[in-house]
Amino acid sequence: MDAVRRSPWPWLILTGFVLLIVWSYRGTQVDLGMLLGSEGRSQIATYVTKLFPPDLSMTMLREAGVGAVETFAISFLGSLLAVAIAFPLSVLTTRTLLYRGILHERHHLSPLSKGIRVGIYGTAKALLNLFRTIPEIVWALIFVFLVGLGPFPGVLALGFHTGGVLGKLFGEVLEDVNQRPIEALGSTGAGRLSILLYGILPQALPQFLSYSLYRWEVNIRAAAVLGFVGAGGLGQRIHVAISLFLENQLLTLILAVYVMVTLVDWLSSALRRRLI
Amino acid sequence: MNSSPTAGSAGRFQSKSAFPYLLVFFFLLSLVLSIRVAQVDPRLLFEPAALANLGRFIRGMFPPELSRSFLSVLGPALVETIQISVIGTLLACLLAIPLGLLATSSLTWSGILHERREAKRRWLLGFFPYAVARGLLSIFRSIPEFVWAFMFVRAVGLGPFPGVLAIGVAYGGMLGKVYSEILEGVDPRPLEALRASGATTLGIVMYGLLPQALPNVISYTLYRWECAIRASAILGFVGAGGLGQQVELSMRMFQFNEVITILAVLFVVVASVDLLSGKIRARVVR
Repeated sequence: MDAVRRSPWPWLILTGFVLLIVWSYRGTQVDLGMLLGSEGRSQIATYVTKLFPPDLSMTMLREAGVGAVETFAISFLGSLLAVAIAFPLSVLTTRTLLYRGILHERHHLSPLSKGIRVGIYGTAKALLNLFRTIPEIVWALIFVFLVGLGPFPGVLALGFHTGGVLGKLFGEVLEDVNQRPIEALGSTGAGRLSILLYGILPQALPQFLSYSLYRWEVNIRAAAVLGFVGAGGLGQRIHVAISLFLENQLLTLILAVYVMVTLVDWLSSALRRRLI
Repeated sequence: MNSSPTAGSAGRFQSKSAFPYLLVFFFLLSLVLSIRVAQVDPRLLFEPAALANLGRFIRGMFPPELSRSFLSVLGPALVETIQISVIGTLLACLLAIPLGLLATSSLTWSGILHERREAKRRWLLGFFPYAVARGLLSIFRSIPEFVWAFMFVRAVGLGPFPGVLAIGVAYGGMLGKVYSEILEGVDPRPLEALRASGATTLGIVMYGLLPQALPNVISYTLYRWECAIRASAILGFVGAGGLGQQVELSMRMFQFNEVITILAVLFVVVASVDLLSGKIRARVVR
């Protein structure tokens, strides 16, 4: 601990961050003075007063309701699709099953077989990286381009991006499980599939579930904005309301987003408490 | 169900055994309804038009656009993305610290620090600000940064500033909630010891609470900064500066070779920030 305290690293890092902040502050031309000054305040006050009261007419409520249900459906199906994409790919990135660790200590793999296995690992990993790197909204643009407007491209967009994220997390869990059950199964001559099913998955499942629920919470927020590029849900309606200066309707829709996000957060944490 | 073997604990057993069925039932119900609502139709993906578009898209990506003129447009956008994320996260901290402290029940109205305060003052000076802070944080984080950005663009105009504000407000809400959770989770014993030795509330906070909470607070803030870079890269879609604006432009003009270059740049940036903040976090939390 003392050695750590005396090392220059904390100060170097701190200085680095201060410089980064100064550089960024100048670059972004942030003018908090303007925002908090009389002009900025009145600008914001005008905008906020325009938002009120929310439009609670029957047609608008129905519209918000439909959007909310659509958003929920997109987030739900998107998360499921993500799990369906993440799971097989994460199994393929589990090196302990492919070519490394306790199962492979005794008998050496032939160079060719090892090469193929490393290739499988690398390909699956690269796919997951690709899926993860492309943001949801770009995926949404791509799928709108491919299959047209509507909630379906939103589902696909969430599925692919979140699939990449979950795949990485799942892969880490699969490699981190306790190796002793695997060793025991391996020594009884069990095949790869039964080792996966009986040795690894039972250990990994609670964390899989926990990560998936967490990503669902992220996805309900994402589903609410994918509509900005035409992928359905509340986002589409928010986009219209903002573009047409319909502030009162906007507030209703934002309230709907708030309700949906809070609902999913609550559901997810209730499920997590119950299941894990 | 009513042939439960032990009558005494029937309620408990019943709820335990019914839960999985209910769960599966509601899961399947939401699945079926969601598929209908979201107009899921996998066939769309394999229609000739979609396949033709996919071919166009993939062919269009190659070769990636690496011309000097395009890269010189990209450079400033990338710098702006990073700067937005830094100042946005800073603003988020500035919002999250006071609100997070107020939203910490052990600081404002319950637990060891407040045992001796009279009930009425505890409620008025403690619980009321606590509830207001919680509510604000919940609103801040439940509205996606994208929607915030869109609204701020309307309120303060185009450019990086609305992006900073959007990240600041949305991430302020998340950070504030997590800060308060970290603070509530600290070991209360040092606080008790400090109180017993006659320390003031400020002293207890400074020497008992913060030293325990700081590593986690820093670690989580750095993690949020990583997320902020991703977020600021796409906020440009609604006119809030950074790379996103460029992605949208290129996408709308069907310049897929530009899109792939931008995505590659984004990948490198996000990966290096992951690496950097991972290294720092490993140092902070041990």
